[in-house]
Amino acid sequence: MNKHSRMALTIGLALAAGSVWAQKSASEGIDEYRAMLQDGNPAELFEAKGEDLWKQKRGPKNASLEKCDLGKGPGVVKGAFVELPRFFADTNRMQDLESRLVTCMETLQGFNGAEIAKTPFGRGEMANVTALATWIAAESKGMRFNLPYAHSQEKTFYEVGKRLFFQRGGPHDFSCASCHGEEGKRIRLQDLPLLTKNPGDGIGFAAWPAYRVSNGQMWGMQLRLNDCYRQQRFPYPGFGSDATIALATYLGVNAKGAKSVAPSIKR
Amino acid sequence: MKKQTQIVLAGLASALVVAGCATVPSVAELNALTDQIVKASFRDQGIAKVDRVLATDETNRVCSEADVTGKPLDEKTAKRIEEANLKAIKWPSDGKFLGDWKQGEAIAQSGRGLTWTDDAKTVNGGNCYNCHQISKEEISFGTIGPSLYNYGKIRGVTDPNSAAAKPIVEYTWGKIWNAKAYNACSNMPRAGHMGILNEAQVRHIVALLLDPNSPVNK
Repeated sequence: MNKHSRMALTIGLALAAGSVWAQKSASEGIDEYRAMLQDGNPAELFEAKGEDLWKQKRGPKNASLEKCDLGKGPGVVKGAFVELPRFFADTNRMQDLESRLVTCMETLQGFNGAEIAKTPFGRGEMANVTALATWIAAESKGMRFNLPYAHSQEKTFYEVGKRLFFQRGGPHDFSCASCHGEEGKRIRLQDLPLLTKNPGDGIGFAAWPAYRVSNGQMWGMQLRLNDCYRQQRFPYPGFGSDATIALATYLGVNAKGAKSVAPSIKR
Repeated sequence: MKKQTQIVLAGLASALVVAGCATVPSVAELNALTDQIVKASFRDQGIAKVDRVLATDETNRVCSEADVTGKPLDEKTAKRIEEANLKAIKWPSDGKFLGDWKQGEAIAQSGRGLTWTDDAKTVNGGNCYNCHQISKEEISFGTIGPSLYNYGKIRGVTDPNSAAAKPIVEYTWGKIWNAKAYNACSNMPRAGHMGILNEAQVRHIVALLLDPNSPVNK
């Protein structure tokens, strides 16, 4: 059976499983559903697209991204994901995977980075950034997070990220810590990882990018954080803004030692 | 990165070089930098305006700071915050604390409202089941807050309109209206105080918790 039909079958089975939920406890049913989803992850399609985009000559400069420096030198992809966000001397700023990809698309391929950053998730070049991030993450699958923490800006962003994590605001007084500040808590039936420390292999920061079954979308960490802020009832965080990168630095440094399973699959 | 932030960072970095001090800025500098970054990073979207993070009240400011340090508020500050929130509670305008538990159940189930994808006409929910067990029938409940199953029964409320039940009834209204009046840095939103729920909705939630006929007390 080829990958596509296996995936279609898996999704069909997962939907059929809904009808037998009533006979089991809800969490048993959900565990089974998740196990079935592991058989075929549609994220593989985004991985394949991302790899093509990396190697393809594109943009006004008709160049590939193969010379892009993701932190481990030009063209080094393996292991880059588990060391981001980090400080980049050429841009003189902290960058995560997605904002770094936009920099490379601008400098190597001649795209307008500001235009890409303004594009809604899932559209145009932003969808390409997500696919690229999915492939690059997959190239570090099974590796352990180990963000660099030597440069003063890496330390500073960690500290700022910590403050953002605990920042209460909006009409509900929510902070990230409202949901992710204690061990073993749930929202409805959804388990919540504690993100002030390493929450374990493939959990939290080590699980994204992920394919979301509920809406059929591929989500990178930028969209994951963006939707957390939406549910927190906060205003809108700009794509690649310092707040999102500082927060990702805090989560990433805390996740030190966690094995990456990205791209994963989520409900 | 916004130009403004870049300048702040560059300024901060050069200040550190001049001072020749440790690589990480002081707490005050980090707090100031965080404020700058928040200002530069967030924008208005629909009904979610930047004021929601730039103009937070003292309660949120001191509780956030305490959370960062990992130490609870000192007793004096906690008391001051609780008193200010208690004073701000709006008690029912007609003296009626209890509404319809059935409507309360629907409000407790709903997590809608106030995100940037909602509009001003969205009827806000109470988000209650997201964090609390409430009725026995609803098995999809969160655990961030304590279980509220048998809330009235456990507290011995058989007639919520009786004089004996009055303190519990008032506390329940107050807790829903402004949770920070009783626990300065509670995780629970201030549903009435922050305009998430209106007076009628709070009445229905109080009934859900205290009406002897509510499934909560079965």
